[in-house]
Amino acid sequence: METVKTNRRNFLKLATATTGGLILGFNWEANATTFNVLDEATFAADNNFNSYLSISSDNVITIFSPNPELGQNIKTSFPMIVAEELEADWLRVKVVQAALDTKKFERQLTGGSGAIPHSWERLRKAGATAKQMLLEAGAKRWNVSASSLVAENGMIVDKSVNRSLSYGELANEAALIPVPTDVKLKDKKDFKIIGQPIRNVDSMEMITGKPLYGLDFYREGMVFAMIQRPKSFGMKIKSVDAAAAKAATGIIDVVTFKNNVAVVGKSTWQVNKARKLLKIEYEIDSKIESTTDHDKLFKELLESKEATVRRKDGDVDTAFANAAKVISREYQCPFLPHNPMEPMNFFAHVRQDGVELVGPTQTPDLARNEVARLLGIAPDKITLEMTRLGGGFGRRLKADYVLEAAELSSLIKAPVKLIWTREDDMGGGSYRPAVRYRFQAALDKENNLIGYKLRGVGINSGNPTREDNFPSGAVDNLLIESVEYKSSITTGAWRAPITNFLAFAEQSFIDEVANEVKQDPIQFRLALLEKVKKSPVGVIKYDIDRMKTVIELAREKSNWGKNKNVIQGFSVYFSHRSYVAQVAEVVMKDGKPVIKKIYAAADCGIVVNLSGAYQQIRGGIVDGMGHAFYGSLTFKDGAAEQVNFNNYKLIRYKEVPEIDVHFVNNGIDPTGLGEPALPPTGGAIANALYKATGKRLYNQPFIKQEALTGVSLDSKM
Amino acid sequence: MATYQLQINGKSVSAEADADTPLLWVLRDNLRLVGTKYGCGIAQCGACTVHLNGTAVRSCSLPISAVGNKKVTTIEGLSEKGDHPVQQAWSEVDVAQCGYCQAGQIMTAAALLNKKSKPTDQDIEMAMNGNICRCGTYHRIHEAVVLASTKISK
Repeated sequence: METVKTNRRNFLKLATATTGGLILGFNWEANATTFNVLDEATFAADNNFNSYLSISSDNVITIFSPNPELGQNIKTSFPMIVAEELEADWLRVKVVQAALDTKKFERQLTGGSGAIPHSWERLRKAGATAKQMLLEAGAKRWNVSASSLVAENGMIVDKSVNRSLSYGELANEAALIPVPTDVKLKDKKDFKIIGQPIRNVDSMEMITGKPLYGLDFYREGMVFAMIQRPKSFGMKIKSVDAAAAKAATGIIDVVTFKNNVAVVGKSTWQVNKARKLLKIEYEIDSKIESTTDHDKLFKELLESKEATVRRKDGDVDTAFANAAKVISREYQCPFLPHNPMEPMNFFAHVRQDGVELVGPTQTPDLARNEVARLLGIAPDKITLEMTRLGGGFGRRLKADYVLEAAELSSLIKAPVKLIWTREDDMGGGSYRPAVRYRFQAALDKENNLIGYKLRGVGINSGNPTREDNFPSGAVDNLLIESVEYKSSITTGAWRAPITNFLAFAEQSFIDEVANEVKQDPIQFRLALLEKVKKSPVGVIKYDIDRMKTVIELAREKSNWGKNKNVIQGFSVYFSHRSYVAQVAEVVMKDGKPVIKKIYAAADCGIVVNLSGAYQQIRGGIVDGMGHAFYGSLTFKDGAAEQVNFNNYKLIRYKEVPEIDVHFVNNGIDPTGLGEPALPPTGGAIANALYKATGKRLYNQPFIKQEALTGVSLDSKM
Repeated sequence: MATYQLQINGKSVSAEADADTPLLWVLRDNLRLVGTKYGCGIAQCGACTVHLNGTAVRSCSLPISAVGNKKVTTIEGLSEKGDHPVQQAWSEVDVAQCGYCQAGQIMTAAALLNKKSKPTDQDIEMAMNGNICRCGTYHRIHEAVVLASTKISK
């Protein structure tokens, strides 16, 4: 890996190899962005600048992208924002993945669709500041006023006499200009790079198979390792007989630590084979659970007297007692593994004088701190180099596999690459929690929604509700509560945590209520929003107008209700600051429903990279649809029953419908797009399938539901 | 352990490995051709797809002892400069999200177009359905295969 390793010394080499130029360091403090021009000496001594932009005298613009790249396209989008304000020639911009450095970078993680919203203004200011300094350098050179010059396409241009200089030619002089404290940002209507479809900066490396990912990292002298973990959650090691494994070809050692038996050897395959020769006895350590137990458990939790109240408005008891009609429905979802295509892996080298970590992680800072705590050393003794991630979906927010690699390296005193197989990945935990919801609506004689109750119960689910989300604010009497069961099965954030299923349940329920009161489902939602606008009840954490706009856009683009040849279902959801409405379109073929098309209307504020934005919407929908239909991880006696793709199905090529994407163009600063397209999909599809078949889907995976018996997902039929 | 003489990307190379070692791990661990990816190890996801005498095969399930002197092509050898029509199309359409599965997708598409330069939608579906993309880039995969086909047919 040549270009990825970028500790300070490497960066210096990179930035100053061509005799200086402009290096602009900037801080991303919470409330302000400050800038400084750095020369080599201050740069080397300084710890207070958390990102860098450099322009070398040979006209190469280098922009550091500090966040882990897992397919959300941040490595392309961040530099686009800088280049826009800088008026750089995009073709001359070189993007470098920064290593972990919490002194330099704030929020160096990937999760919560938050990177662009967090960094938007700071990145713009960085570009604008450098541009202003280049303008002033040009003004000085030609002895004219900076305001008479323009910056365009990587050049400072004096239009009055038709002369120009490249940024590179002015870089050294610009470095001598005092950093302006107040710079003007571009008018958004003048954006030339932002909003365009810009190709992924790693495109060439990806299509030619260059080493980019953690699993591609090799170091001379490193050993390979796999760990046998208990197959059942709730078990612990009783005894280990490693004789046969140790005697196998290529095996260097077998090491037992915590609940792990690590096989260390000279190649991945030898380690994989030898691991199967281990004879390990386990004994019960805590609860041993099966999916059938959980099904019973959910029913108990739904009746439990001890629930945590998340939100209470008005008087639900009276509203339900006085109701002319009560609708009560339940929805359940299973555990899901994340299944990024690149399984967990990490390189660790624990030496006397420090620790080197290399690999794919969404939270490099957390990983380093946890390794520091584990080894009892200071975090600054640890370097962490981020590779590109072969997907994340939340799985790599946890550092368990980094800790395993570090602990193993410290035990065997060797550089080690720890590899999880697919089976390890799917069987090894940190799943989307299994959850069941009960929704209840109270209607008066005039069919007004006078009461609303939601109880969410889940296994290691934390709070499985989003209590201040829609339709909170629209109902006078409302109660939202939750019950959590602590299990030995580990769970974690899974793309669009909680809302990845909650949205389906809620949007299905609202559809059912609309149906009950004989209103058009879109009109019913709009009426609720209108009520929030006129007389909001309690705190609301969503923007009424933004939600209304995506609903109306989806209605318009899908020709809602106007095409008699298709059956449509609607859903809308607000998550992670952005709004997405979807219409799923079903046609009947030989008496069976076929999902033909999904329309999406999204408001994520300003679209930074149109190409990447389409990918996030389409990919989010495909992800939401695939998991709603197929995703199911079941347990028997504490062990996952599906551990590879032979009996755990991911959605494939021929199953994806056409997806028609529309963005709201409202000029709002970007609000994030890595997750928000996923939550609405299950609901839109379920609501369309209800209209098509007359049967409601209450549980995921859909494919196991009676309503879909014999239905094929082949959208190309 | 035995020594195998292999024909990879137009070169004759030797590798020492156990007879049952899948070609995938010889490519990666022995030869450091890491473009070919591990995804499932049981020929279900297609991330490890390479060409064996021009046909797409799953290298995770092909023991090295069965390769013989058949010609192996990996993503690194698909073209000298990364300009095979399928690679060009993949870049122009900007297919990748995380990108991990894409070498396998490209190799599958290249093998298809090698056999049939103007595939029908059904042909494309048959070929590409074996490759999983967890990011869900299937729409662009389709677009890129169609574009590559027009490039080849020109």
